[in-house]
Amino acid sequence: MKETILLIALTLFMVAIAILLYRVIAGPTLPDRAIALDTIGVNLISAIAIISIMLQTKAFLEAILILGILSFIGTIAFSKFIERGVIVERKGDS
Amino acid sequence: MTILANILIVFFILAGLLFIVVSAIGLYRLPDLYTRAHAASKSSTLGVMCILIGVFFHFWLKENHFNPGILLGILFLFITGPVGGHIMSRASYLAGVKPWPGTVRDDLKIEVEKMKKEQGIK
Repeated sequence: MKETILLIALTLFMVAIAILLYRVIAGPTLPDRAIALDTIGVNLISAIAIISIMLQTKAFLEAILILGILSFIGTIAFSKFIERGVIVERKGDS
Repeated sequence: MTILANILIVFFILAGLLFIVVSAIGLYRLPDLYTRAHAASKSSTLGVMCILIGVFFHFWLKENHFNPGILLGILFLFITGPVGGHIMSRASYLAGVKPWPGTVRDDLKIEVEKMKKEQGIK
C-alpha cells in the first residue's frame, strides 16, 4: 500500500513538472520562466526524497540539500540579472 | 507501532503531494506574474517541507537512522523559498512587468515614482 502511494506520488510529480515546463516554454516574461524553473527544482528535491524511500538507500539524502542550495543561488543570480543587468557588480562602476 | 509510523509517513507524504500539485496548477492557471509567484513560493515550500519530514520519519522510525541532513534541508528550504519568491517579484516589478489589468490598487507604484523623483532618475 505504501509502495502504491509512493508510485502515485512520483507520477504526480512528473505531471507537475510537465505543467511547469509548459509555463517555462510559454511564459510571457523572463521572471515567469525563472519562477517556474525554481518550482521545478523543488519538485526534483521531493522526487529524490521519494526515490530514496523506494530504493531503501541513504545515499541520495545529501543531494536534497545540494539541490536546495543550487536552486536558491540560481534564483538570486537570475533576479539580480533581471533587476540590474549585471550579476556581480564592481566597486566604483555604476 | 509500525502501523502508527506508516500512518504518520503516508499522511505527511500525501499532504506534501497535495500542496505541490496545487502549486503547479496555480502556476498554470493564474493570470499574471505576481499571483504566480505567490502560488509558487508559499505552496511549494510547504509541500516540500511536508514531504521531507515524511522521509525523515521513515528513515528514523523504520530504519532507525537519524539523519540531521534532512532537518537541515527543511530549515534551509523554509528560509530560502519565500526569500527567493520575494526577490524575484521585486526585481520583476522594478524591471517593469505590469500586473494583471484587473488589479485594484498598486501601492508600490506611488513609492517608486516618489523615489525616482527624489533621485532625479527618469
